[in-house]
Amino acid sequence: MSASLTLVVVMSVLFGAGIATMMERSLTRVLIGFLLVGNGVNLLIYLMSGTPGLAPILGEDVDGSEISDPLPQAFILTAIVINLGITAFLLALLYRSWWLAQLGARGDLVDDAAEHVEDAEETADLIRSSAADDRAVQELIDASDEEPDAGGDAEPEASEASEASARRGGRRRP
Amino acid sequence: MIASLAAFAGVALVTPFLARWLGRRVFPLIALMPAAAFVLLLTWLPGVLAGNPVVEVVPWIPQLGVAISFRIDALALLLALIVTGIGALVLLYCTQYFGDDEPGLGRFAALLLAFAGVMLGLVTADDVFLLFTFWEATSVLSYLLIGHYTERKESRGAALQALTVTTFGGLTMLVGLVVLVVAGGTTSLSELVAEPVGGTAGAVGIGLVLVGAISKSALVPFHFWLPAAMAAPTPVSAYLHAAAMVKAGVYLVARLAPGYADVSVWHPLVVVIGGVTMIVGGWRALRQTDLKLLLAYGTVSQLGFLVLVTGFGTRDAALAGVALLLAHALFKATLFLVVGIVDHATGTRDVRRLSAVGRRMPVIATIAFIAAASMAGVPPLIGFVAKEAVFTAFLDATAAGEAWAWAALVAAILGSVLTVAYTARFLWGAFFTKPGAGPTTLQPTGTLIGIAPGTLAVASLAFAFALPLVEPLLAASADELPGSREYHLALWHGLEPALALSALVFGLGALLVWRRAPVARLQAAMPHTIDSGRGYLAIVGALDRLAAGLTTFIQARGVPGYVAVIATVFITGLGVAALRNSTWPDTVRPWDLPAQPIVAALIATAAIAAAIVRQRMTAVLLAGTTGYGLVLLFGMSGAPDLALTQALVETLTVVVFVLVVRRLPRQVAVRRQAVRAPFRIAIGVLSGAVMAVIGLVALGARVQPTIAEGLPALAVEAHGRNIVNVMLVDIRAWDTLGEISVLVAVATGVASLIFITGRTGVAPRLDAPSTRRERFLPLPEQADTMRGARASLADTEHEADAAGEAAATRQTWLLAGRTISPRNRSILVEVLVRLLFHPAIVVSVFLLFVGHNAPGGGFAGGLVAGLALVARYLAGGRYELGEAAPVDAGRLLGIGLLLAAGTATLPLFLGRTVFQSSWLEADVPVLGTISIGTSTLFDIGVYLVVVGLVLDILRSLGAEIDRQREDADEHGLPDAIAPADDALHPDTPHDERRAVASSGTAPADGEARA
Repeated sequence: MSASLTLVVVMSVLFGAGIATMMERSLTRVLIGFLLVGNGVNLLIYLMSGTPGLAPILGEDVDGSEISDPLPQAFILTAIVINLGITAFLLALLYRSWWLAQLGARGDLVDDAAEHVEDAEETADLIRSSAADDRAVQELIDASDEEPDAGGDAEPEASEASEASARRGGRRRP
Repeated sequence: MIASLAAFAGVALVTPFLARWLGRRVFPLIALMPAAAFVLLLTWLPGVLAGNPVVEVVPWIPQLGVAISFRIDALALLLALIVTGIGALVLLYCTQYFGDDEPGLGRFAALLLAFAGVMLGLVTADDVFLLFTFWEATSVLSYLLIGHYTERKESRGAALQALTVTTFGGLTMLVGLVVLVVAGGTTSLSELVAEPVGGTAGAVGIGLVLVGAISKSALVPFHFWLPAAMAAPTPVSAYLHAAAMVKAGVYLVARLAPGYADVSVWHPLVVVIGGVTMIVGGWRALRQTDLKLLLAYGTVSQLGFLVLVTGFGTRDAALAGVALLLAHALFKATLFLVVGIVDHATGTRDVRRLSAVGRRMPVIATIAFIAAASMAGVPPLIGFVAKEAVFTAFLDATAAGEAWAWAALVAAILGSVLTVAYTARFLWGAFFTKPGAGPTTLQPTGTLIGIAPGTLAVASLAFAFALPLVEPLLAASADELPGSREYHLALWHGLEPALALSALVFGLGALLVWRRAPVARLQAAMPHTIDSGRGYLAIVGALDRLAAGLTTFIQARGVPGYVAVIATVFITGLGVAALRNSTWPDTVRPWDLPAQPIVAALIATAAIAAAIVRQRMTAVLLAGTTGYGLVLLFGMSGAPDLALTQALVETLTVVVFVLVVRRLPRQVAVRRQAVRAPFRIAIGVLSGAVMAVIGLVALGARVQPTIAEGLPALAVEAHGRNIVNVMLVDIRAWDTLGEISVLVAVATGVASLIFITGRTGVAPRLDAPSTRRERFLPLPEQADTMRGARASLADTEHEADAAGEAAATRQTWLLAGRTISPRNRSILVEVLVRLLFHPAIVVSVFLLFVGHNAPGGGFAGGLVAGLALVARYLAGGRYELGEAAPVDAGRLLGIGLLLAAGTATLPLFLGRTVFQSSWLEADVPVLGTISIGTSTLFDIGVYLVVVGLVLDILRSLGAEIDRQREDADEHGLPDAIAPADDALHPDTPHDERRAVASSGTAPADGEARA
């Protein structure tokens, strides 16, 4: 298969511009990036038909071997319409978030940096909290080590936890 | 075997329900399951001893040679008997251990039973991947069992440690197994042992598998998870330590030793790690004050011993190893169960608080003494027999000059000395009277609870005297290793060196007990150099901190951050893969047509500009320009259908965008971006470059001729000349059906997001129905009402009056033209729309029907009709939309989907296949010869869905947003949310109205409509 360099370049520009735009805070900008990437994808699929020919519509003077590959065209056609649908959906999302979140002059910048940092910290705390479980195990194990200086005579403080856990685990009879 | 395992699974599944009904009495019932398996296994014993293993094979993934295969030889049978026998006794013990009110009792019972079943599968599986599956299943089940007390921190932590460590080992083992299987060409464990894999592959593979075994059997440096696992209920500990889980590693070592003991990595791993573990475990056991922990470290020590002996690689050592395995299973289960009983009776496991217990619980104490004596290797018990055999085997090996024999012998002696010492500490701690401590208060325990440990203790004793009965099974598994078969297990071999060693061990052990105080001081003074538990904590802590840091780093940037991460992964992953590819296209043309570069430059410029400009509307229009550029590209090079559809969609997209964006502040608020501009640009450029490479590679990778050559014939067969349309409605109709389903979902989604209260019904209509003619004429008597309704549309009272006056008296071109403020009306637009609407609908229907043979079709037709509606709405406002399309959008979508799905299913009722087409041909004036077929009906369905989609979009993003805004203005609350227009729906409840904080701008209406 051979390629048209021009189309490849245009496709890559659409992708590049689209992805760069999608990395902005404003949801409208994200959506514009989405449109650009959508067009880029369609062009990518179109590239796959190779050398273009006549329109794939049969007639008396059209030979089956001279037409463009109709398969990518069928793919793209539905993709175009779906693009419209998704764009509308994203717009509806955007509007609703702006309206319901009462963002007003802030526009469509629903994504608040401070909030995100807070969320992230919360998640991080959750991750760190598993360390507490591990520490509890280690404490329990350390508590069982005999310390000759403390001696076996004194009432052992460390055994409290062990005893408590044993009591809870054990079956008590009246 | 498969049937037994299925029975285990089945019983385990119903156990929770039984437990709800029976309470703790469920345990004796389910104990029957392993007991039955135990009996079944015993019936196989003669055959297995005769050298005929029981084999069962069911193909699983034949392409990979993976099978559900079981092979029960002597070793497997021994392990299986231990697993089921002790399993049954432990379950029986649970009856007395737990109360009916124990939380999660049913779950616990089911898990413990399943654990036994999985363990049984593990020791009998022959396929290595089946074995691995069971291996991992034991990890998961042990996690759930250790974490039984979900509310306790230490329980959760211990469970997670066990899971982490054993899963790490398991995955390492999987890699090793794959290496062995690929090099050996079989997945059968027995074949891999019979014909060992040699060379580097064998060494690497077996090394990795040993890491798995070492982690599972809690050997140094992975030993820390086992003491931690004593957070589990005692029956679990007993089973885990004695018969299940940790024995899996020992089993694997014993299984592999006949084939791989000569491999270079084997002895260093097995002897060093086994020996070190034995000593470290014993040393730490000697220091514990918690009886359960003491036993846990004792198990660690014994596991090291077991691996050292079973993996040593001579026949005698193997025989000693399996004897020790049996002995350990019996005494360790007994001791744990005894600790459970003592714990119950006294409420503590602390040796410093227990005093004078043995005197008052003589039966339990006796049981414990028998088991402990077996552990220490005191005659006449099975433990003594095994230890004698070990010493003899190692002594013989040193005499034979075997490498590693001395190291193994010294480790075994030192470990045994420590074992004697900690055994004494255990008995002293649990049962003896301590000076200075009063007798511990005892609560009565039932006698039944002693059955399980009692049975096991008796077995420890009985087996030592019934060696001729036991030995054949043990010897049969050991005989696979080289070496003379002269040595037999016996209580009395005469005055042999081994006996002297035993005496030495007892002597040194007694010394350790006698000089307890200096030993304890020495222990306390030892630094924690080989405490890998702390190392684990450090590693896990570091991982946690890394994860937390990474989370903060990525999450703090929100959506843009995520996109950046995704794009970066895409660039590095696919970019590298694409560059490493060598299939570039044969030829690269600069362009297909001379006009292409010009259009391309237009698209590229528009795309880059769209990414740069800050104004929303400009950016939207620029993005639209790229779309129109595509229209040109498609139109120039043989894709008229695409050009048509893209043009229509692009127009609609821009309109829809504008409809929403008119409500937002005009300028995109500029704040600090989450991803800074240089990064965004770099990631964008690189993504584009990667896509270019991928496009080229994809073109080059294509070697097969396109299937397009066959399509013309197919199209003719389907009575169509427009191949693209035929594909959409006939050849690939399934695909299209899916696609329009997406459209229906999207339309529904859009409406649901915008409408607060129910989305059904048509767009708002004028509330004065009259004859068609009348509605175009000025209606003086309605002027007042019109004035009222319009008040909201005008800025001031005065203007409203004037507008009402003008609207009411002027003749209109559109039905709802009078509802719009004159400021926003354009007579020119109204006239144009009035003139063009009906022709546009006709054209849309025309496109729909000619689509099969010429550019057009349901998508294009539907979009044209949709654009006609857009025009009506833009010119006349929301009431105009209601008048233009007085139908429920949902109904249109539904009918469309029904039609399309109907053409799919209807042929089924006629005895044909889904989507099989049939036709009716006719000559129609103007349209020419058209053939109406099921595919035409399908296309009509597509048409209706597209119209429905556009209508829903207009109703929601257009009309409803208008209404919400008018409502907000009318009530003096900027952006207030009111359920409905009072004038139109007076019965709507008011309490749903919700006032929200004020917002700034409200762009002029005209912006959207101009």
